[in-house]
Amino acid sequence: MSKKNQKLEARNLNAYYGSFHALKDINIAMEEKAVTAFIGPSGCGKSTFLRTLNRMNDYIDGFRVEGDILLDGRDIYTKDVRVDELRKQVGMVFQKPNPFPKTVFENVVYGLKIQGIKDKKTLNEIAETSLRKTALWEEVKDKLDKSALALSGGQQQRLCIARALAISPSVILMDEPTSALDPISTAKIEELLYELKEDYTIVIVTHNMQQAGRVSDQTAFFYMGELIEFAKTKTMFTSPKHERTQNYITGRFG
Amino acid sequence: MRIQERIIEGLLWLSAAITILVTAGIIWVLLSESLTFFSEVSIIDFLTDKQWTPLFADKHFGILPLVAGTMLTTAIAIAVALPIGLTIAIYLNTYAPAGFRATIKPMLEILASIPTVVYGFFALTVVTPFLQSFIPNLAGFNSLSAGMVMGIMIIPMISSLSEDAISAVPKSLREGAYGMGATKFQTAFGVLVPAASSGILVSIILAISRAVGETMLVAIAAGQQPRLTANPLVPIETITTYIVQVSLGDVPHGSLEYRTIFAAGITLFIFTFALNNISFWIRKKYQEKYD
Repeated sequence: MSKKNQKLEARNLNAYYGSFHALKDINIAMEEKAVTAFIGPSGCGKSTFLRTLNRMNDYIDGFRVEGDILLDGRDIYTKDVRVDELRKQVGMVFQKPNPFPKTVFENVVYGLKIQGIKDKKTLNEIAETSLRKTALWEEVKDKLDKSALALSGGQQQRLCIARALAISPSVILMDEPTSALDPISTAKIEELLYELKEDYTIVIVTHNMQQAGRVSDQTAFFYMGELIEFAKTKTMFTSPKHERTQNYITGRFG
Repeated sequence: MRIQERIIEGLLWLSAAITILVTAGIIWVLLSESLTFFSEVSIIDFLTDKQWTPLFADKHFGILPLVAGTMLTTAIAIAVALPIGLTIAIYLNTYAPAGFRATIKPMLEILASIPTVVYGFFALTVVTPFLQSFIPNLAGFNSLSAGMVMGIMIIPMISSLSEDAISAVPKSLREGAYGMGATKFQTAFGVLVPAASSGILVSIILAISRAVGETMLVAIAAGQQPRLTANPLVPIETITTYIVQVSLGDVPHGSLEYRTIFAAGITLFIFTFALNNISFWIRKKYQEKYD
């Protein structure tokens, strides 16, 4: 594998919820067009870290960060960065499918519409492309004007991924995207990740060790707010450097 | 022990029964008195005649002028309360820091605890003269001033219930919108308000119902001249004001004139009863179901 660019980087990152020190001195660089998995026991800070990457925690009272997060070498926490612009580049898929209570079509084109794109042809084209990328087109092409809430959980989650893809971000953050889904839907989404990393940088938080092993190129293990180990997934799963990592991935705790 | 239980149970039953009995009694009086009224005045005249002059020599019993007066003040009130109330709700929910929200919400509810007679006074002695300074032909009693002050009065109803409805929208939807690069404004109007629309609609209907039934404020500030008009600058009379006027006046009990207030009362009752049921129905039927 050729050496890839570093797409996202955290330098000396600390994060706090009030007085609680949630992330301690995180240094990490994530490769472009690859899948990076964050693993670790509940409360270890992996989701918090993921949500600092698109500043989703900005709205939480008492949350603050110190240190830098660089996207393509530019700090995303400086004053001149507009969060809404940042999130157009760094899309997000959540743990529970959260389609808007609108039609399937309106969901996919939501991000385009709020950017002021009204041209029907453009919207139709992007909707179709995005739904095809998530292998949802064949399933929903006759239900585009039906409520998105009528789709199955797995379909809803793929719709949320399609919705994120529609505004062509370069990074997609996924916060345990399959934890609320059945095994078949999970497999579909994992397959999808494999294709998506051709074009996108993907960061995924997962509780599922096998999933991290299957889908990711790099894995980061968090514990108690610290980044314990970060390595190529193969390396980490075959010969972890730290005992804690080994204990966690072999299921001895967590 | 067992006896005590039975006594308590009996008392509880009694208090429930009294409530129902009183309600039934009110409806029965309204119905029976109006039936007597409608045996003397045709219901068609009542609903179509454009004049309401039961206390004059030339008697007309058309309820339309009173209904129009009520609708006019209500419409003005909602036109004031809805935009302001909804803006406050969205501001409190999406923009205001948590600490500010915690102080401002109870303060808004103080608005609701001011006696309505004070609002009436305020409309008559402050708002009307103020408006007259740039609307010279505004009458001393008018629906504009009464309606506007009534709007202020019902702001807390709309803002508080709408804020509750917006807060009840799951966090995941809000984050979904933010995650797509939506601004707070786009999230509030494009996602949160539509998702909370049933709750917001209920708050509006309850506010309308409150405005329709409001008595003291309009009795003081809107006038006592039944008039079929949409002109907000002239004195009008609402259904409630008419009932007050006759109840306090020297109309002999048992006369036809006296019974007009029951006919007016049952009209009012039908309005508010229908509105409350519509809101109940909306709440049941359209509440978005999220798990």
